[in-house]
Amino acid sequence: MAIFSVYVVNKAGGLIYQYDNYVPRAEVEKTFSFPLDLVLKIYDEKLVVSFGQRDGIRVGHAVLSINGVDVNGKYTAEGKDILEYLKDPANYPVSIKFGRPRLSSNEKLMLASMFHSLFAIGSQLSPEVGSSGIEMLETDVFKLHCFQTLTGIKFIVLADPRQSGIDALLRKIYEIYSDFALKNPFYSLEMPIRCELFDQNLKSALEIAEKAGTFGPGS
Amino acid sequence: MSRQSNRATDSKKMNSELFTLTYGALVTQLCKDYENDEEVNKQLDKMGYNIGVRLIEDFLARSSVGRCHDFRETADVIAKVAFKMYLGITPSVTNWSPAGDEFSLILESNPLVDFVELPDNHSNLVYSSLLCGVLRGALEMVQMAVDVRFAQDTLRGDNVTEIRMKFIKRIEENLPVGDE
Repeated sequence: MAIFSVYVVNKAGGLIYQYDNYVPRAEVEKTFSFPLDLVLKIYDEKLVVSFGQRDGIRVGHAVLSINGVDVNGKYTAEGKDILEYLKDPANYPVSIKFGRPRLSSNEKLMLASMFHSLFAIGSQLSPEVGSSGIEMLETDVFKLHCFQTLTGIKFIVLADPRQSGIDALLRKIYEIYSDFALKNPFYSLEMPIRCELFDQNLKSALEIAEKAGTFGPGS
Repeated sequence: MSRQSNRATDSKKMNSELFTLTYGALVTQLCKDYENDEEVNKQLDKMGYNIGVRLIEDFLARSSVGRCHDFRETADVIAKVAFKMYLGITPSVTNWSPAGDEFSLILESNPLVDFVELPDNHSNLVYSSLLCGVLRGALEMVQMAVDVRFAQDTLRGDNVTEIRMKFIKRIEENLPVGDE
């Protein structure tokens, strides 16, 4: 999966669409017996491993599910506090899945509006007048590409650093937006995009981009 | 209507008669509902505005025009690219005001009014008001406030259709970054 996510941000900086195209690779499920040799702590409303790295379970990984049932932050699906649950030997053996914590939708909203502000900073820092905002953000694991239309909508794609043709992909997503979101009369501007056709066409555009390695015109 | 067609030539064909009939049905229904020409003009303008704010993204996505730096450039893009793309006609840009903030688009033919005649009891109806709204809505989304009206209309006895566009101001709120 070389294209990881797509974000669409409206003029005011609000996230109106988000799609994740990756499967988190680092998820480990193991059965444990009492006492648990991992040290867990509460961090940001989630239960994370703070000490006791072993067997693919790394520090920072969050508890994703217990006995196959997804957890709800630091509580199980039934509402029991997980730390209390794990202190009770009667509940063992227990199967816990650990993995990199996925971003919740609130967190994504916050990150999108933060990016909107940073985008503006990019233009203000510029020594030359009339600079665009941030177009690319690079880390060792991914590259973030951003395209802002003349009307202020931002299309953001997170992809593998080696993936090429993202510029053409961003333009293609703009076309898909202008077709399946805007031409749907029941979609209101600046609101979250909940159009099935938009989802479907976006997914096929991402597939084409990944397969081709680059994204040519007319595809 | 194949959606896989090459976007650059935009070869989706639709019968323009269906378009004329659809627009005609729309206007006559509005006349029945509102019974007042001024009100119908306003409603058509509103509908045009809603079309314009969406059409501009389609236009920008398909053509590769960048931001226009002055009103003359805007006039050229509207006449030569936009009208060509959506109505298949190329109006001429004339009658610039001395300050360069007002111009006229002269349309030799208007696809909306093929086969249309205005009856006497609708002498105040501006049949193509939708176009005014479309232009106003589209330009507002690229931070330009304009006033658009019909100066001449073939349906009301003039020789040509003339759309007068006046630049009011740049909209400074919500300016996308990098456009100062």
